[in-house]
Amino acid sequence: MEKDIKILAIESSCDETAAAVVKNGREVLSNVISSQIELHKLYGGVVPEIASRKHIEKINQVIEEALETAKVTLDDLDAVAVTYGPGLVGALLVGVAEAKAISYAKKLPLVGVHHIEGHISANYIENPDLEPPFVCLVVSGGHTHLVKVKEYGVYEILGRTRDDAAGEAFDKVARAIGLGYPGGPKIDRLAKEGNPDAIPFPKAKIAEAPLDFSFSGLKSAVLNYLNGCKMKGEPVSEADVAASFQKAVVEVLTEHAIEAVKESGMEKLALAGGVASNSALRESVAEACRKNGIQFFYPSPILCTDNAAMIGAAAYYEYQKGVRHGLDLNAVPGLKLGER
Amino acid sequence: MKILALDSSGLVASVAIAQDETLLAEYTVNYKKTHSQTLLPMLDEIVRMTELDLDTVDYLAVAAGPGSFTGLRIGSATAKGLGLALNKPLISVPTLEGLAFNLAGADKRICPMMDARRSQVYTGIYQSEGEGLNTILPQTAMGVEELAEKINDMGQPVIVLGDGVPVYEAVLKKTLRVPWEKAPLHLNRQRASSIAALAMVYAREGKQQTAREHRPQYLRMSQAERERLSKETEAK
Repeated sequence: MEKDIKILAIESSCDETAAAVVKNGREVLSNVISSQIELHKLYGGVVPEIASRKHIEKINQVIEEALETAKVTLDDLDAVAVTYGPGLVGALLVGVAEAKAISYAKKLPLVGVHHIEGHISANYIENPDLEPPFVCLVVSGGHTHLVKVKEYGVYEILGRTRDDAAGEAFDKVARAIGLGYPGGPKIDRLAKEGNPDAIPFPKAKIAEAPLDFSFSGLKSAVLNYLNGCKMKGEPVSEADVAASFQKAVVEVLTEHAIEAVKESGMEKLALAGGVASNSALRESVAEACRKNGIQFFYPSPILCTDNAAMIGAAAYYEYQKGVRHGLDLNAVPGLKLGER
Repeated sequence: MKILALDSSGLVASVAIAQDETLLAEYTVNYKKTHSQTLLPMLDEIVRMTELDLDTVDYLAVAAGPGSFTGLRIGSATAKGLGLALNKPLISVPTLEGLAFNLAGADKRICPMMDARRSQVYTGIYQSEGEGLNTILPQTAMGVEELAEKINDMGQPVIVLGDGVPVYEAVLKKTLRVPWEKAPLHLNRQRASSIAALAMVYAREGKQQTAREHRPQYLRMSQAERERLSKETEAK
């Protein structure tokens, strides 16, 4: 039996300050998340400077809680991992500086992790059988990617959004129908009361890149529809708008994901990212996978949202491959998937 | 008493190790602002050169603001991470007091000023007294003309320093009516040795924090907060 590897992971790329202790990449000993959502609601979205300020206030408390809950001290750890991109630079820098200082003071190896690789790796935590290769649909407020995970830590992007991320479209539509921020869960809830076939919203296809996405046209169509109703003095059913909009997004995500699995000759599909907890998306992808004989994986909602357990999961495989970062590790807000 | 001090509040990145009345090492770079990449390697360099066992440090001192928001957070997060890992207390030294302490012992008034953009400086006015500083004007953000008038009203000779001086020198020349001079080049920017020296005073006064509770003092709200408040005020 090989020695257990315990990693302290830190995540501060957007509006959650998070720390976790993860054993051997799959077992979560603790997963502490301090969310700032209430604070950013006042502004209708994440304000980078406010997020950064909140991170520095909370970070030690979150790390200490993660260690206490896991019943470990820093002396029991094998490495410190941190998200160093992509994300908000000021927010990332808090986690990066903190992680570097801890790794330096305790002489622990430092492993920098890509945020989206973390989201993908969240699937390893609750699915002990899941191993690469597989296709992952990553959908969040900032990202919409179809990724082929060839082996641990080796990724190929099969499709991506050309404009808005899917989660961004949810937020904008939610604002337009007066639901407020964050839009994803609110639309999901309201859509259950509406008719998804009430309004035919367009699904964008990109001819030369059939696996890519575009959501800005859909978002504009929703805004135009709302405007049109207002001009004509017609009543708007927010529930129907939410349901019809969500259906358009979910269908396009599902179709492309299934297409990607087939094209790349894979047998497994995983979901990841904040929007992966959308109930309609889960049902739709699950159903399509059933029909097509594809094995389907998805994380629990707590592991879909930004968290550090997923960073610890991704870091384990990086650590095993010998990836180490130095004291000069910087935040890289535009870090590309698979880039080291 | 052994203190490890950091200042990354402005363009300068500076780290120092002080023990009782001795400065063991100081490393200051006033070049490109790449604190995230340089601060910890600089610290590592002086720790290795002085064969410092980090566990023997009594306090971690940090320039706690005002300054560049991001720069402050790099220094603070570094100090908080070290404090958490080493289980050591922090000492928050106000940036401008630290800067003024470069001139400890001067008989004139000391006026540090850092460029705060938006036609303002982060500033304060201090008088060296005993082993510490007497604060005449607590650190604040204000327009340079307003600051110059305050100095004129005091009617005493003053030494100015900090990265705000070259930016606003023309205004100072035009507005100041008391004898004034600029600090020499080896004393006119942030130095972690001054943070360490002032932290010794603070430590003796019991002014320490846990790493968990430490946070920078920005002296300014974020732009989004400012805009929201002014909207709310307008609405009333």
